[in-house]
Amino acid sequence: MMEPAATATPAELAATPSAAVPARVNRPTGLWLPAATLWWRELVRFYRQKARVVGVIGSPIIFWLIIGAGFGTSFSTGAAAQGAAKQGYLAYFFPGTMVLIVLFTAIFTMMSVIEDRQEGFLQAVLVAPCPRTSIVLGKVLGGATLATLQGIVFLALAPTLCIHVGFLQFWAVFGVLGLVALALTGAGFIIAWRLDSSHAFHAIVNLFLIPAWLVSGALFPLAGASKWVRLVMLLNPLTYGTEALRQVLYGASALPLSTALGVTAGFDALMLAIALWMVRGERRAGV
Amino acid sequence: MAFAVEVENIGHCYGELRALAGVSFTVGDSEIFGLLGPNGGGKSTLFRILSTLMRPQEGTARVGGYDLLREPDLVRRCLGVVFQASSLDLKLTAEENLRHQGHLYGLRGRDLQQRIELMLGRVGLADRRHTACEKLSGGQKRRIEIAKGLLHNPRLLLLDEPTTGLDPLARREMWSYLTLLRERDGIAVLTTTHLLEEAEDCDRLGILHKGHLAALGTPAELKQEIEGEVLVMEADAPERLRQGIQERLHQPAQVIGHQVRIERAQAHEFVPALMDAFGPQIRSVTVARPTLEDVFLRRTGQRWSIEAMGEAPAATAAEARA
Repeated sequence: MMEPAATATPAELAATPSAAVPARVNRPTGLWLPAATLWWRELVRFYRQKARVVGVIGSPIIFWLIIGAGFGTSFSTGAAAQGAAKQGYLAYFFPGTMVLIVLFTAIFTMMSVIEDRQEGFLQAVLVAPCPRTSIVLGKVLGGATLATLQGIVFLALAPTLCIHVGFLQFWAVFGVLGLVALALTGAGFIIAWRLDSSHAFHAIVNLFLIPAWLVSGALFPLAGASKWVRLVMLLNPLTYGTEALRQVLYGASALPLSTALGVTAGFDALMLAIALWMVRGERRAGV
Repeated sequence: MAFAVEVENIGHCYGELRALAGVSFTVGDSEIFGLLGPNGGGKSTLFRILSTLMRPQEGTARVGGYDLLREPDLVRRCLGVVFQASSLDLKLTAEENLRHQGHLYGLRGRDLQQRIELMLGRVGLADRRHTACEKLSGGQKRRIEIAKGLLHNPRLLLLDEPTTGLDPLARREMWSYLTLLRERDGIAVLTTTHLLEEAEDCDRLGILHKGHLAALGTPAELKQEIEGEVLVMEADAPERLRQGIQERLHQPAQVIGHQVRIERAQAHEFVPALMDAFGPQIRSVTVARPTLEDVFLRRTGQRWSIEAMGEAPAATAAEARA
């Protein structure tokens, strides 16, 4: 309902001097201002929905405690405890849990692409004169920032395992998490862009992203896996992210750090490129 | 007069289904142009094309002199778009929504802040600037949408069914505001509508029916096509009545459903003759000055009310999918 009292009458509005009319916009918007504003919105929106914050961080912690504690007593020797022999499986599973938090946050934030489309917010962004690249960058970087921050929050639990993270090490973890987050958010964006329901989104995510996490070295190590599983793990780009994280946390991993970082960065570039290509093609396709 | 929009021969198909065919018209600066039509008539498709969300398969349009196909970014700078669905982020406040919008259009700093103040004041919501949009009423949200669309001072404001879901008072306020924009700021307004009363208030109208522009002109011009008055009779056997009128009174008439329609000058003087001759056959007689409904009927051969209920479900579905 409109309250007439709160509205200026047409006569009052007409009295506004036309000199007050601002100029028309005649210059390009640039790439970064629109991207930054979309990035900012992603962050504000996430933290204003408290249930989401609790969900993305709470459920992986429960996973970690239950699976970690349960498996920890079931198999405690050899490769399972690689790099963290003293702390057992809970420690082995720690980097995998961080990746899971990143994955959950990435999924949650990119679901907003579908909500934005349903609500009409996205349409308004698409008719703005900003480059399509800004839209992809703002959205994906926003989601990746959130995912990284959520992962970092989990790092506060490291001292409970007697893992002490030094200053430089902290930033190394931050950087690796950022790379992993970018790839997963990019993947989420690509899945979400063409879908019109969050049910479909969850179906696809459960089909690809969750299994990718299961065979990423998060739950069980490369070294102990059978020949076929090992091959699948080596073909899974997420494995390189998990192993890079393990390397910076514990200083030991199944893969050399340079390979792990290189593949993860390549994965990032690929996801961003596909996302950009999809967004640019939209108007041509007439969807 | 300079043209804010020039639509040239636009055509579009969804698969087999033709949504638009050879649509051409212009909208001048400071003009309120209404696209009137039933659901599925092609309005939404044309709106999506003009708002740069979709490329037309045939023809093109120029907005503010820029070509829709070749210079979409320049077109977008001239355009303010208000969609039927809310485009506000409900988690953000009114002011945050406007700031976000400004950034998307490359506005920033003091200039942007001044525009936000100005627009919030103009739509009468300066005191709600820090309210999350989810807490605003439907009418208030719609006003923030308009403020959003006008923040960069577009040359053309595109509106899709802007008064949907608004109560009559809010609807009137919206309309007087649009009139004001045209008069004071010289902004052209192109709005789609399926409400005849709203169409009456436009400077010029295009009636879109089955993808074709069935009529184009000012409401007055369109109604002038119909000479004099419109006489409508309800009858149980309309075809027999029509034949009788034609043979005995030499007056051409038209059958639509259970009604027989006559258009003629001084039609009210014709009523006694009709009643004398066919009284028992006629259930009721109405004499009225022509309305846009009559114009629609004359141009398309179909009744407005039936069409407006969505007689073309296939087209509506295709548009919804798009």
